[in-house]
Amino acid sequence: MAEEQDRPEPDVLLEEAKKEGRGRLKVFLGAYPGVGKTYSMLEAAQARRREGLDVVVAVVETHGRKETERLLHGLDVVPRKQIGYRGRVFGEMDIDALLQRKPRLAIVDELAHSNVEGSRHVKRWQDVEELLAAGIDVYTTLNIQHLESLNDVVARISRVRVRETLPDKVLELADEIELIDLPPDDLIQRLREGKVYVRDQIGRAIRHFFSKGNLTAFRELAMRVAAERVDAQMINFMRTHAIPGPWPAQERLLVCINESPMSKQLVRTARRMAERSRIPWIVVNAQTPHHESLPDAAKDRIADALRLAESLGGEVVTLPAESDLAGELIRLARSRNVTRIVLGRPRKRHWAALFRENVAGRLMKEAKAFEVTIVSPVAEDGPGQRIDPERPGGIRFDRKAYGWATVTVAVATAIAFGVEKVLPLPNISLVFMTAVLFVATRFGLWPSLYTCLVSFLTYNYFFTVPYFTLSVSYRGELLTIVFFLVVAVLAGNLAARLKAQVEAMRTTAQRTANLFDFSRRIVAAASLYDVLWAAVHHVASTLQCQAIILLPKRCHGLEIAAGYPPEDHLSSTDRAAADWAWKHGATSGWGSGTLPAAGWQFLPLKTQRGLVGVLGISFKDNSPDKVRLEPEQHRLLNALVDQVAVAIERTNLATDIEEARVLTETEQLRSALLSSVSHDLRTPLVSIIGSATTLSSRGGKLSDDDRDQLVQTILEEGERLNRFVQNLLDMTRLGYGALQLNREWTDLREIAGRAVRRLEKLLQFHRLELDVPADLPSIRVDPVLIEQVLVNLLDNSAKYAPRDSRIMLRARQVDNTIATEVCDEGPGIPPDARDAVFEVFYRVRAGDRQAAGTGLGLSICRGLVEAHGGRIVARAGPADRGTVIEFTLPLEPAPPIQDETKETKDMKDREKRE
Amino acid sequence: MSDPGPRILIVDDEPQIRKFLRISLSAHGYDIVEAIRGRDGIDKCATEQPDLVVLDLGLPDIDGQEVIDRIREWSEVPIVVLSVRAGEAEKVAALDRGANDYVTKPFGIAELLARVRAALRTHKGTAAEQLSEIVTGELRIDLARHQVEVAGETVKLSRKEFDILRLLALNAGRIVTHQHMLREVWGPAHEQEVHYLRVYVGHLRQKLGDDSANPRFILNEPGVGYRLLVPEE
Repeated sequence: MAEEQDRPEPDVLLEEAKKEGRGRLKVFLGAYPGVGKTYSMLEAAQARRREGLDVVVAVVETHGRKETERLLHGLDVVPRKQIGYRGRVFGEMDIDALLQRKPRLAIVDELAHSNVEGSRHVKRWQDVEELLAAGIDVYTTLNIQHLESLNDVVARISRVRVRETLPDKVLELADEIELIDLPPDDLIQRLREGKVYVRDQIGRAIRHFFSKGNLTAFRELAMRVAAERVDAQMINFMRTHAIPGPWPAQERLLVCINESPMSKQLVRTARRMAERSRIPWIVVNAQTPHHESLPDAAKDRIADALRLAESLGGEVVTLPAESDLAGELIRLARSRNVTRIVLGRPRKRHWAALFRENVAGRLMKEAKAFEVTIVSPVAEDGPGQRIDPERPGGIRFDRKAYGWATVTVAVATAIAFGVEKVLPLPNISLVFMTAVLFVATRFGLWPSLYTCLVSFLTYNYFFTVPYFTLSVSYRGELLTIVFFLVVAVLAGNLAARLKAQVEAMRTTAQRTANLFDFSRRIVAAASLYDVLWAAVHHVASTLQCQAIILLPKRCHGLEIAAGYPPEDHLSSTDRAAADWAWKHGATSGWGSGTLPAAGWQFLPLKTQRGLVGVLGISFKDNSPDKVRLEPEQHRLLNALVDQVAVAIERTNLATDIEEARVLTETEQLRSALLSSVSHDLRTPLVSIIGSATTLSSRGGKLSDDDRDQLVQTILEEGERLNRFVQNLLDMTRLGYGALQLNREWTDLREIAGRAVRRLEKLLQFHRLELDVPADLPSIRVDPVLIEQVLVNLLDNSAKYAPRDSRIMLRARQVDNTIATEVCDEGPGIPPDARDAVFEVFYRVRAGDRQAAGTGLGLSICRGLVEAHGGRIVARAGPADRGTVIEFTLPLEPAPPIQDETKETKDMKDREKRE
Repeated sequence: MSDPGPRILIVDDEPQIRKFLRISLSAHGYDIVEAIRGRDGIDKCATEQPDLVVLDLGLPDIDGQEVIDRIREWSEVPIVVLSVRAGEAEKVAALDRGANDYVTKPFGIAELLARVRAALRTHKGTAAEQLSEIVTGELRIDLARHQVEVAGETVKLSRKEFDILRLLALNAGRIVTHQHMLREVWGPAHEQEVHYLRVYVGHLRQKLGDDSANPRFILNEPGVGYRLLVPEE
């Protein structure tokens, strides 16, 4: 165990690494307004400026105080961005101007401020995050009251619930916290002197808010926060530097919330507890069968609480629990190694609570291994949070169900009457039982209970003595019907629960089937386009919305890659939201903290390698206010988004693999070229340098013949080197597509003659036969290149054909081409190699037991011939011996020479005259 | 001793090339002057008054073509350029600007010497109008009577064919560009009709009994022009 802790924890190191390149955030923290945070911040800013740093004021509220204003002198102020809203103009921080200006340090007052609608982000702290990400340091101010997790405590102390809250994680972003402290007495003095500007609409409660007791409490809170922060930094430091410390055991905290209004308070409390002990925490919402039947307000409360939990850093789990709520919770707790459970005490105790299990009670009884904490609700929930007392279970009066229930009972009664003769009394109850079960399975719990009651009364009325009264004479019969009622209620309850469970399972199965279907379709999609289309189609049909996917363009920016229904156009706000989501890898648009006015919500498509695109969804019918995703829908959407991201990455990877393969092939060719060049360039040089040095050292002592031979060697090898260099050049030009054909009308015989003359020395040991008629039609080719083709072919033949054997160069017209052959009596090319022989470096791959020379010659021939629109093949010679390489060149009709006839005529006339 | 032969100015930035040119050309009796850069070459052309300039087109300071231009502004000294293979356009440009001939690198010294001799001969020779007869090897051209003999045998040529042969013979051993030939024989309007030229040359060769695969008289240099071969002593 101890050794494990000797290494710095990777998560912490990662956090540290992420901090590289980010700006540093210093928070001037105050316990209450009026301590002088802005003043201290500006003092610090001035100090930095005197040190030579580039300091810029992004936004500062002086509230007209002269001392504060004086501190602004000399500091650059970036003008605020004017945003109009509801006829008024508000000045908010201009992020873009700041990003462009890129100061070393930016001064941002009031970190918890909410931006006016129309700004890029909802909250100023999000703006600050952008600045930090761009590497700009920030000084900012903050009051304790604005911290999310302290919201309840503050409310309790001051009876005022502060609205503008800041998620605690923002404070954790801070690299430095300076606590601006002012003893309460001094503050009250300043208040009297009118030196404090009070905002937050405290209004009438001001005197109460600033009572000495409150101020002291706040001061303590502020100090505690600062201390906790210091503590956290210390532990971070220890973790980064692998200093073993008394780490708390890996405990975990589980907090259970439901639709009760105190769920948010529970979340905050749980967070504080978890933070204090520095353990991870989980928020669980158990969805019982009657979750579906909750009013919307209740569902919203749950969703809000879950979102709050996520923003505070907790893990959110939704637990489907059909009946055994406590049992499910305990099971979850055990599986996640939870050591502490936090619950809320229900506010009222309903009679219905008897039927519903007391989760807390059960937990305390059964969960012996857990610490169970019951939290009482805050006495007052603050203004504006009154909720209608809801009936437990949320009874919905479904007229139809009760109508059917009544009908069922009537039918049962009729049947019972019919059966009465046959069955004894107690057994008639079975008929009514059937009715109850029927109604339970069809219509749920409450209709079934209603049916129980009605059946009971009917049973009593019609079938017990005295008939047609509600009184019962016989004790036995009384017991019967009482037992009937009891059994009916239980059975009805069970059946109803079963129905609910089946419903829940069906929904889950549907969801799973949806995801499975989606993944199957995505996997089958081969091309990127198919993947995108399948994705948007599926998302749109599942969530009943519009879906689009944006992918990055090659250079910069995003473009719409797919949409269902097809969408080409995004408003500028939507575009900005999409760009923001792409740049920051976070959700934007409605329902998020950034550009919530957009009509679309954009989710980044993230994989381990990074961002591959952005998915947008929009409910065009509903206004953005009403639109919200259920937590389950949200989770489904997230799952889909992950799958889409992976699928897109898969297609990208496939493309990458292909490119890498091509690259590898190119690399192989290049290395083969290098080895060939190195060998074939050096070989002639060996002879040249060798011969030259011999001549130089022993020149006078060599015989004339020897001297001549050495000189000849130098000459021949020099020419050979020249040919090789030419091959390389041609190869390069062919490879780069830089081959330019300078076509002119020419005769093949002339080209053949030049080629033969160039290789004169090389061909001296063979018998060359030239069979190219002079009257072959002229061809329009590049004479230099075709000469090179012949040179390479003759070179090849000379290399492989034995001495004194024949080498033939033959050309003839075949239909509308000129077919040229170079034949030799060498060893020939095996049939399976006749195609491969034209590939680059074929010889190299075949091994180097063959004669020296590059493997480039034939491939160059093919390149040059094909560039002229011709073809080249290798064949066996006559009697299957030797090699014939034949290439064809297309004939073009020669341009007419009009003057010829006239010329001839003139000439003839002139000659006649002479 | 014998007089120093004609003076040749070598303009090339490669010391090894200058060395072997100096050695071989001196061995053949020429007086050598060297220049390393183009500007230097232009200056030396004025100060040293060479009889011929061997100019490398690939100079570091200024383009070889420009050197030709500058020299041609005030001098008609023969210029033989050194160019690379597949630089046909470059060769034609040089010739159009006033160069007299070229050799393709890498070259054998015999080739260069032939070009040098041909260039000097034509220059030193009497004006074309004063010639009545040209004899090269087995070829004998009577300019006055428009008669051509090959190894003693008279050959009948059409007007155009004769003009072509005359032009080549007057520049015997030197390259004559297609455009120049077309201009001279057909007129400036026909400068681009190289295929005409080819057909006529083909006929001419046939009549002269010249094998295009192994020419004795007329050598085609693709992309550039024609040359009447001169047998070397």
